[in-house]
Amino acid sequence: MKPMKPSARTSEYLAKGMIWAAAMSVMIVLVAIIVYILIKGLPVLNFSFLTQNPYNMGRSGGIASTIVGTLYITLVAILIAVPFGIGTAFYLAEYTRENIITRIIRFSAESLAGIPSIIYGLFGFIFFVIYLGMGWSILAGGLTLAFMVLPTIIRTSEEAIRAVPQIYREASYSLGATKWQTIIKTVFPSAIQGIVNGIILSVGRCIAETAAVIFTAGSVLSMPFSLFDSTRTMAVHFYILASEGVSMENAYGTAALLIILIFVVNVGVNLLVSRFINKNQKR
Amino acid sequence: MEENIKIEIKDFSFLYHKKQVIHNLNLKIHKNEITSFFGPANGGVTTLLRSLNRLFELNHDTHTKGDILIDGKSIFDPDSSVTELRRKVGMVFEIPAPLPISIFDNVAYGPRLKKKKSKSEINDVVEQALKQAALWDDVKDRLKAPAMSLSGGQQQRLCIARVLALQPEVIMLDRACSGLDPISTAKIEESLFQLKEEFTIVIAPHNVQQAIRISDRAAFMLMGHLIEAGTSDEVFGSPKDQRTNDYITGRFG
Ligand SMILES: Nc1ncnc2c1ncn2[C@@H]1O[C@H](COP(=O)(O)OP(=O)(O)OP(=O)(O)O)[C@@H](O)[C@H]1O
Ligand SMILES: [Mg+2]
Repeated sequence: MKPMKPSARTSEYLAKGMIWAAAMSVMIVLVAIIVYILIKGLPVLNFSFLTQNPYNMGRSGGIASTIVGTLYITLVAILIAVPFGIGTAFYLAEYTRENIITRIIRFSAESLAGIPSIIYGLFGFIFFVIYLGMGWSILAGGLTLAFMVLPTIIRTSEEAIRAVPQIYREASYSLGATKWQTIIKTVFPSAIQGIVNGIILSVGRCIAETAAVIFTAGSVLSMPFSLFDSTRTMAVHFYILASEGVSMENAYGTAALLIILIFVVNVGVNLLVSRFINKNQKR
Repeated sequence: MEENIKIEIKDFSFLYHKKQVIHNLNLKIHKNEITSFFGPANGGVTTLLRSLNRLFELNHDTHTKGDILIDGKSIFDPDSSVTELRRKVGMVFEIPAPLPISIFDNVAYGPRLKKKKSKSEINDVVEQALKQAALWDDVKDRLKAPAMSLSGGQQQRLCIARVLALQPEVIMLDRACSGLDPISTAKIEESLFQLKEEFTIVIAPHNVQQAIRISDRAAFMLMGHLIEAGTSDEVFGSPKDQRTNDYITGRFG
């Protein structure tokens, strides 16, 4: 007797079923986590929780200062990392051929991407906080996070730039464009979606980071005002509330807001970009 | 007597890395005529066209010898501007290459690169270019639609319009009709006949029939060598070289 061989159609169904099952289980796990946190956290989220500063170590009061601290640090990190990251990516993709320098830059970026965030925290602590005398501050935290997300931004941007078809560049040059005009008018708009995806990813990592931030921005609970104030981000607040058993209730509230925040950033930025792309198409 | 010469190619050779793909080519291209370069694959036609507007400089490790003169001036003159050259010598690629922007923006791309123009001037240039390329009636109601939404033939005419909007002196078309149906091809050929009144046209026809239909002059290229060149009647009517004859009569290539 011949061994049983599944017919083409059977294996087709089988493969489809397995892929579907894999996708479904991932989705179920993700949804379960999010739903669980929202169920535990949403009841805590109310106006006073969002607008009051925490007091009594976060046992009571709200989380206003940590929201401000999170946004502040993330903003500083992104404002620094984005121009340098995109600039480096354009340099690598458009301005040089493969040579020893580009290989060193790319190798460094790849290696930096694999380093655990706590190492960035230690580096930031030693370099920014102590050596440059910034102290625990939003500036030191933001700079450290900028270094942390720089490799991501470089890599995603470079990939997006390289994915722009060469024929677009040739068309642009053949119409008399300079290199700069070609980059600004053709390459950048074609790569923007990929570049923005990298930025969103980085924003998410900044908002969610704990280890690197505790070392460099500290964990002061008062409302930060200047770049040189220490602060506590929402993620750090959550970590301390939960790990030290201060208040699980408020910890879940903070976590729920974190999730909502990351969701809003994602949707918001994507909307902005699609409007930018549409406008570019219409003008 | 030589005043109707637009382009003069003098002893021109071209190398990719160390591989020579054009060998000591000499040819004069006349104003207000259609000159076609034809021959079997890898003859070096695309490379020659990319030399005329110096687009080959985008490739690394390319070398040229000899010279190319336009209106008597070398295009390689260090004082001359390469962007000006490319506006003067417009190119339509083998594959339609619209940019991923609207129909209008594609045609306006070139004119907008130079500051001075007002909105209404640009509108006029775009409209005129689309009319010359016989595309205006197809697209006048959807100028803001993405260029990618056009058919292959329309995209290729859009690329011709885009070149016309540069107000060039020379128009080069590299197998511009290769992927197109006979009707689109006829439309493009019809526009070329009108355009040569005003411009110098250099094309790589997509087959011998097209070369015979539209050329005033023709040059037969084989493996980087110019085998023979002359008026259409000379080259297609009584070719001097056996290889030209064989190719035209379909015996090889
Ligand atoms: N970027 C490049 N690098 C190296 N060699 C190249 C490059 N482009 C073309 N060549 C070579 O140069 C020669 C001439 O190519 P070219 O594309 O100019 O010929 P062609 O006449 O346009 O051919 P086709 O009829 O296929 O369009 C070929 O041997 C080709 O392999
Ligand atoms: Mg070719």
